[in-house]
Amino acid sequence: MKLKQLESLIGSLDQFENPKIELEQYPTGPHIASRLLYTAENSFEDVENKTVADFGCGCGTLGLAAALLGAEHVIGLDIDTDSLEIASSNATDLDLDMDFVHCDIRNLKWRDRIVDTVVMNPPFGTRRKGVDMDFLFVALKVASQAVYSLHKTTTRDHVKRTALREYNAASAEVLCELRFDVPQLYKFHKKKEVDIAVDLWRFVPQKDREKHL
Amino acid sequence: MRLLTHNMLSSNIKGVTNGFPLLIEVEKVVEKQVDFNEDFLRNMFAKIEWKALVEASRTMGYTELPENSESSMLNSDEFLRKFHHALLELHLEEGALVCPETGRKFPVNKGIPNMLLHEDEV
Repeated sequence: MKLKQLESLIGSLDQFENPKIELEQYPTGPHIASRLLYTAENSFEDVENKTVADFGCGCGTLGLAAALLGAEHVIGLDIDTDSLEIASSNATDLDLDMDFVHCDIRNLKWRDRIVDTVVMNPPFGTRRKGVDMDFLFVALKVASQAVYSLHKTTTRDHVKRTALREYNAASAEVLCELRFDVPQLYKFHKKKEVDIAVDLWRFVPQKDREKHL
Repeated sequence: MRLLTHNMLSSNIKGVTNGFPLLIEVEKVVEKQVDFNEDFLRNMFAKIEWKALVEASRTMGYTELPENSESSMLNSDEFLRKFHHALLELHLEEGALVCPETGRKFPVNKGIPNMLLHEDEV
């Protein structure tokens, strides 16, 4: 599938009707989502025939993009039941099979390395500090192959250091810097649209992780 | 929810040490056909907890999986087809997942298990 086709298909998905500020619900735009998954598949072969988990899937954008690129089993996880309903109906609209689990990522107890790839657009932690790193910690435990994630560019050094030193990632690489358009969803947004500089990361989990982690 | 997802989930209640596998209470099962993908099955075979898959598929009314498995079985097309069906085509649509240690039920509605914990379970 061509990048343009992928972008246009996921551009047709329904997004949050009433986004919840406490969960930092911002839709993942089709531009970013399509590039994330396209890169994961075409540069690294982390999608086709794989098991892919979408952490904090919201309306399912990243997970459904993975399914469109041939992921064999896709699981979307989110704490918000309204999002999961939209995500599930998005899957039906695209005639794609995707599983969903209603849960808090931070309490997830999956076996280590049970999925191949984790994709996520985590809450950036502006409302609850560090939540994006909590997601990353769990992602690096359950993924065997790679974790793709978006983090604010201003946190680049912190993300790299934490992933390598504390979470024992084998590698942590910024693939590109993107502009994340945050439309005026919430009342406290003064400007019509703000764009934030965001890094697209690829992390490789440590193969022989020490047990105590 | 496919049984592959079930094979990943465990009870994450605080203090629970044997939260896997979750028992299944079936209200409604649906079957959805998926293209057969041999490479995927071979790759998943090493990661799957076989006994949990066998029990889960039996609870869902599918009794074709052998009690024990070994990697040599992957050479049999018949075995792969059964594995494929149990792992990817059987969906728990309505029912519950039950913590094997505490009996706490996690409801499954419209195929989505609700694994959210109450405050005192975290």
